[in-house]
Amino acid sequence: MDIELSAEQRLAQEEFRDFAQAEIAPFADQYDRDEALPSALIKKMGAAGYLGAVVPSEYGGRNMGAIEFGLLCEEIGRSSASVISLLTVQGMVCQALARWGSAAQKEQWLPRLASGEKMAAFGLTEPNIGSDASNVETAAVEGEEGFILNGHKQWISCGQLADVFLIIAQCEGKPSAFLVERECPGFSVEPITGMLGFRSAMLAKLHMEDCAIPLENLVGRVGFGFSHVAGAALDHGRYCVGWGCLGLAEACIDAALDYAGTRKQFGAPLKNHQLIQQMLAEMITNTKATRLLCYHSGFLKEKGDPALIMETSITKYFASRSVAKIADDTLQIHGANGCSSEYPVQRYLRDAKIMEIIEGSTQIQQIIIAKSGLMEHALERRRARKRQAQNA
Amino acid sequence: MADEKVVAKIREILAQFAAEDVEQDQDIFATGLVNSLFAMQLVLSLEGEFNFEVADEDLDINNFNSVNALVGFVEKKTSA
Repeated sequence: MDIELSAEQRLAQEEFRDFAQAEIAPFADQYDRDEALPSALIKKMGAAGYLGAVVPSEYGGRNMGAIEFGLLCEEIGRSSASVISLLTVQGMVCQALARWGSAAQKEQWLPRLASGEKMAAFGLTEPNIGSDASNVETAAVEGEEGFILNGHKQWISCGQLADVFLIIAQCEGKPSAFLVERECPGFSVEPITGMLGFRSAMLAKLHMEDCAIPLENLVGRVGFGFSHVAGAALDHGRYCVGWGCLGLAEACIDAALDYAGTRKQFGAPLKNHQLIQQMLAEMITNTKATRLLCYHSGFLKEKGDPALIMETSITKYFASRSVAKIADDTLQIHGANGCSSEYPVQRYLRDAKIMEIIEGSTQIQQIIIAKSGLMEHALERRRARKRQAQNA
Repeated sequence: MADEKVVAKIREILAQFAAEDVEQDQDIFATGLVNSLFAMQLVLSLEGEFNFEVADEDLDINNFNSVNALVGFVEKKTSA
């Protein structure tokens, strides 16, 4: 694996950094207070091609490589976790459609999602269903002319502004995926406010009451909505979150190093105190480790290597756990100042906590990773025994 | 008779992501051997190993739920 960025990737990184520093970073705290993202920002992101970052060029997307897209997520994440959320869910729906959508669905939606003309959100989580995601309670009944959906979704990122939703519902008792447009009769959106973090990600509850959608709004096939359609979307989501956590960690480190370099106590800058140095060393090292995991995930994605699925899970797990600790230490270094809205570090900590919960909680990732490791270990042992027997 | 090389490759894929010792006709999904990531791991493995794309119209459980089913699916896609 070549861990040096190419010249093109470096140029792209500069472009993303310049955009984020000019258009997002100066306003992120205000967005957090307002609990909203302005449409002007979304238009700019659309014009820059960021909303269609992973959409194939034949549908008007930028068709970024995995590493380049990761760099975009990193730079956006450095400025605002809420804006990463927007990029994530738009990309999740795009990815699901690009992978499993019909030709008609791709033609209808991908160009409009790529440009930002239409915004999307991913509707999986429900009031009673979080980690147990394949057992959603929302139901879809097939009739002659279409499906009728009934149920509720909760904690839907960008639900307040999305035009189209990818909804996972049980059809004939099997998880299935459907496109539901905002204007659909029987479909309503209820804003959620007062969240701990991701405050400007404009979360919503979704309510479906005899919501009728055409047959052609089924994505993939009945029974494959969670395993394949949501599977493709969630892998993309984990990847975005991993890189977004990298960016957030770097924002924390910048803040910590700045503060430690200027704030003086006991006659010396904080940076001279060893217990502060310990926290700085931990955050720097863990961020470097996060970066390598992100790069490796991107490398495997670009090859289409099936190992990318588990690697992305590991990356999301490590990146989100690390940034939660990094943000905590960053605030600790800032002391009471860190608890004030005059500094962004309290926002970093609040957003970092959310990263441990979304796209598969820390505990779910731990279960998946441990089981995968045990299986690999058992397989390796059996293969080693076979080789020994053959060589004997 | 199924191409033995295809059977071997399928078994190798399943061993990596699900389990090594499955019967030819054993329902992989019903055994509880697979987790939520398996579907995409299987799709990517089949595409990489046999050089075809799994499309939305291929989403039929009868294409994926056993070694025999997977062999039949691969042979159908690679002879097309």
